[in-house]
Amino acid sequence: MTSGQRLPIRRTAKLFVGGQFPRSESGRSYEVWSGDGRLLAHAARASRKDLRDAIVSARGAFAGWAGKTAYNRGQILYRVAEIMEGRRQQLHDELVDVGAPDPAREVDVAIDRWVWYAGWADKIAQVAGGTNPVAGPYFDFTIPEPTGVVGIVAPTSAPLLGLVSRVAPAIVSGNTVVAIASEAAPLAAVSLAEALATSDVPGGVINLLTGHPSELVPWLAGHMDVNAIDLTGCPPELVADAERAAAENVKRVHRASTDDVFSAAAQHLSEITAFVEFKTVWHPIGA
Amino acid sequence: MTDIERAAPAQPVMPAWEYAAAPESRDIVHLQDRYGLFVGGEFLEPKSGRWFPTIDPSNEETLAEVAEAGDEDVDLAVAAARSAAATWQGLPGSERAKYLYRIARALQERAREFAVLESMNGGKPIKESRDVDLPLAAAHFFYYAGWADKLEYAFPAATPRPLGVAGQVIPWNFPMLMAAWKLAPALAAGNTSVLKPAETTPLTALLLAEVIQQAELPPGAVNIVTGAGTTGAALVAHPDVDKVAFTGSTEVGKIIRRNLAGTGKRLTLELGGKAANIVFEDAPIDQAVEGVVNGIFFNQGHVCCAGSRLLVHEPVFDELVEKLQVRLGTLRVGDPLDKNTDVGAINSRAQLEKIGELVASGLEEGATIYQPECVLPERGFWFAPTLFTGVSQSHRIAREEIFGPVLSILTFRTPEEAVEKANNTPYGLSAGIWTEKGSRILWMAERMRAGVVWANTFNRFDPSSPFGGYKESGFGREGGRHGLEPYLELGAPA
Repeated sequence: MTSGQRLPIRRTAKLFVGGQFPRSESGRSYEVWSGDGRLLAHAARASRKDLRDAIVSARGAFAGWAGKTAYNRGQILYRVAEIMEGRRQQLHDELVDVGAPDPAREVDVAIDRWVWYAGWADKIAQVAGGTNPVAGPYFDFTIPEPTGVVGIVAPTSAPLLGLVSRVAPAIVSGNTVVAIASEAAPLAAVSLAEALATSDVPGGVINLLTGHPSELVPWLAGHMDVNAIDLTGCPPELVADAERAAAENVKRVHRASTDDVFSAAAQHLSEITAFVEFKTVWHPIGA
Repeated sequence: MTDIERAAPAQPVMPAWEYAAAPESRDIVHLQDRYGLFVGGEFLEPKSGRWFPTIDPSNEETLAEVAEAGDEDVDLAVAAARSAAATWQGLPGSERAKYLYRIARALQERAREFAVLESMNGGKPIKESRDVDLPLAAAHFFYYAGWADKLEYAFPAATPRPLGVAGQVIPWNFPMLMAAWKLAPALAAGNTSVLKPAETTPLTALLLAEVIQQAELPPGAVNIVTGAGTTGAALVAHPDVDKVAFTGSTEVGKIIRRNLAGTGKRLTLELGGKAANIVFEDAPIDQAVEGVVNGIFFNQGHVCCAGSRLLVHEPVFDELVEKLQVRLGTLRVGDPLDKNTDVGAINSRAQLEKIGELVASGLEEGATIYQPECVLPERGFWFAPTLFTGVSQSHRIAREEIFGPVLSILTFRTPEEAVEKANNTPYGLSAGIWTEKGSRILWMAERMRAGVVWANTFNRFDPSSPFGGYKESGFGREGGRHGLEPYLELGAPA
């Protein structure tokens, strides 16, 4: 650095749990490197305890988030897009740092993906639910409801768009999430967390952890207060064990295609319904 | 359960009616001595060389011998399903529909024969197999027949494609109905199937095989392999099975989930339950009594969605329990083939022992038992309708699925407490709400963490109405448009 030039402030890359930014309780971190070999940050290396804290936060936020009106949830998701729009440059530059192949497009699509899912909030029940013409004096209807706490292992490619593409469809129906970010490129998650913290998403609805998936996935998959796991970004060698662990409380397990996360086909109603339960109600009819 | 002290029965409000025996004739059923495996459209001797007897649980008499499918037999059945897959998928949906309509019609035409056999092999009262199981099974085929050529209307912005070969394992409580729940959507969606009926109740599935032959389905579209847990395990683990559908206990469901880990096979599970049936003080009490009885004594309580935990609003506790006791005294327990019978035989000795063990735990943990005076037949497997009061949420009889005619009664004071107690279980299959207040029905329904909520009724089913669990009661839905999804790949449009 030449004299007279300002020394930039480096950011501490922390976890995002319950709307707060804690360091790992373990005091551990790991080095994050740029594509061209620069040390970008020491990211927090979340521990099992951090994971459990995140799950407790997600569970605590569930009733409030699921209880909001669909219209309200839609606005809150849209608001995330608004906040990210104002941080385009930062998000872009960070993707350049990690050597993302198409950083400008990744930011664009990630923001637009929030908008797309935001619009689903008050349409899921109309498209995926329905009334059932049963033989009998009952008004019989089926409605989608959030399954609860969803654990997400975000894909490693497209660290920003991949994460957004998993989190947005999970929360739009009213689930709360604990997501494990891309191990090699966690700073997109850290920046997303900072956008979320200044949006209207209630604390605990989205919890973002950075660290080593091999240390976290088995515990996420086996945790008895997690209702579902999204293993889209799970390292292949961890998948079978995670699915075995998921059996203990009959978790819903989903793995989305990672073929082309940029394409319009990567956003689909089925990504939302993967984490809803369908409840059928038989209401009596009588004078 | 001779060690149980029977409580003095409450006094009936009117003298009990005497009923003359009214047995349904068994002559309509023509049993063979032995049933082979239904593979590739034919009945084959098992390569395993093993056969096992299947009995009538009401008298323990052997009805027939049934083949036990070994690994090699399962292989052949899966291969038959695989080789039929291209033919079946390749048919226009409208043609697949016609085959399913044929099956539905044949089930209607032969309904009495199926119902009698179902009651003989499973122990359920003929009035239930005749009025519930068979009509619903036929209706299920009829319903899904109509979907076979309309799949593109079922899921927006998707190109639904069949998965291939489905391995389907069903329980003994509704043998024919569960076969229909499994086969109808799988076939409508263009899959072929290997179905394994339960060890104790294989006979109606084998009669269904005959119907499938008569309907001239392409050989191998449906294959039926009989056997016990090892046969089921071989089927679900078979590498050439693309989709597994299981209905049964949560314990076995978890084992299957573990065994399928990492295989990429599609899986749906319909597992156990411990449903709350919630009666508010403003409920129509006499109607609620009937609903509570139906909720737990229908099919001897061998129902995954049975209303096995009765939650009673404190102000009506005494009245409701007294009326229940009187009603229990009028339930007719006995010959499943008798048209007057309300409660039939327990399905198997093993199940009878399990019920006895859990009832004993209720007594040990301090709950109060009530059973009506009731003479049980000497042979066969029987259990008297049973109520427990003084039950706390920690008791095993309030937490574990008994799968028998045993009701645990708890109380609540506020709607919030009812919600809390109803949801205080790892299960989440069904719930019942009894109140005259429509807004309360919907308020409660919204808060039940359960897949099916019945209001002022219980244990109702319809092919158009999706059924399935929350939490440890499983995942996936059967029935309705939603019941197609587990059998389809929903790729985005090309």
